[in-house]
Amino acid sequence: MKEKITALKAAFPHTIPVLTGFIFLGTAYGILMSSKGYGVGWTVLFSLIVFAGSAQYLAITFLTSVFNPLYALLMTLIINARHIFYGISLLDKYKDTGRLKPYLIFGLCDETFSIVCSTNPPEGVNRNWFYFFITLLDHSYWVLGSVLGGILGSIVSFNTKGLDFVLTALFTVIFIGQWKTRKDHKPAIIGVLCSVICLVIFGQSNFIIPSMIAILAALTIFRKAEKEEIKPCDEKESVQ
Amino acid sequence: MTLTPVQTLIIIFMVSIGTMITRFLPFLVFKGTRSNNSYIGYLSRVLPYSAIGLLVVFCLKDISFKSPVYGLPEIISICCIIALHYWKENTLLSIGAGTVIYMVLVQFIFT
Repeated sequence: MKEKITALKAAFPHTIPVLTGFIFLGTAYGILMSSKGYGVGWTVLFSLIVFAGSAQYLAITFLTSVFNPLYALLMTLIINARHIFYGISLLDKYKDTGRLKPYLIFGLCDETFSIVCSTNPPEGVNRNWFYFFITLLDHSYWVLGSVLGGILGSIVSFNTKGLDFVLTALFTVIFIGQWKTRKDHKPAIIGVLCSVICLVIFGQSNFIIPSMIAILAALTIFRKAEKEEIKPCDEKESVQ
Repeated sequence: MTLTPVQTLIIIFMVSIGTMITRFLPFLVFKGTRSNNSYIGYLSRVLPYSAIGLLVVFCLKDISFKSPVYGLPEIISICCIIALHYWKENTLLSIGAGTVIYMVLVQFIFT
């Protein structure tokens, strides 16, 4: 028990940016859902079992158009395909996580990934519980935000236009943080450049899969060009 | 609600399944091969950086540079975030201020 509390205490500070971000985003999501006629119960159910911000936002469009489950599945696969990258990145870190592993993988959203990837537990803190609590806290914030939004949306109405920019801001800040702490900027530049090129070529609804292929290809080519210089991602880099 | 409750449940189930496939797939595919595969090891070190780059572009995908407002709210807000983050290096401040600036821009200035 003491081990778990230590891990929780160590994990919490790392999740504070996500707390704010998810309260914002979750609330915005809850308000949006309630504006489409979905009460707080539906919103919470979504946030509990899906726990994927962009997919849930996108899913609002599935709920407000003609019923098409297959389309919903395919669009979700495409929009969340980037999670495959996260999984590959964390194969090593999550290797020996035992019975916590299914939940750790289940809760691997963008923000949890960015923390887990850039953070190591302090000395004396159990690694597995540390990652577990980061995941659990993030999950709770998301559900909490959704509840707040669902309730708020049913009693007041205000102009939330532009609120979803919080997601962009969050990723931009993570990007800057990574940029500052790493000398080799090639992977970051490859990520942006390949995505922009594919966006221009394939358009906004089809560019994610081509981008991922292009990124993999570019990274593979650069690996052959210079094998030794790249450092692991889990040195001292924090989201903050 | 446009859909019936049962249809809504099916959509939730589909979105959940789709998400879980993308999260569990790498762990199922590369089970056990990780330790002796240096290529996968290399990818797991560099991909996070590329993935965040992809995410930033993904968030900005709907900007149109051809029609008004030419992506100006996004460009201005992101420049503010970059400046603020280099100056103060405070994640919460950068995210919060960036979002507020953007909301003000799209609600009052570039309407």
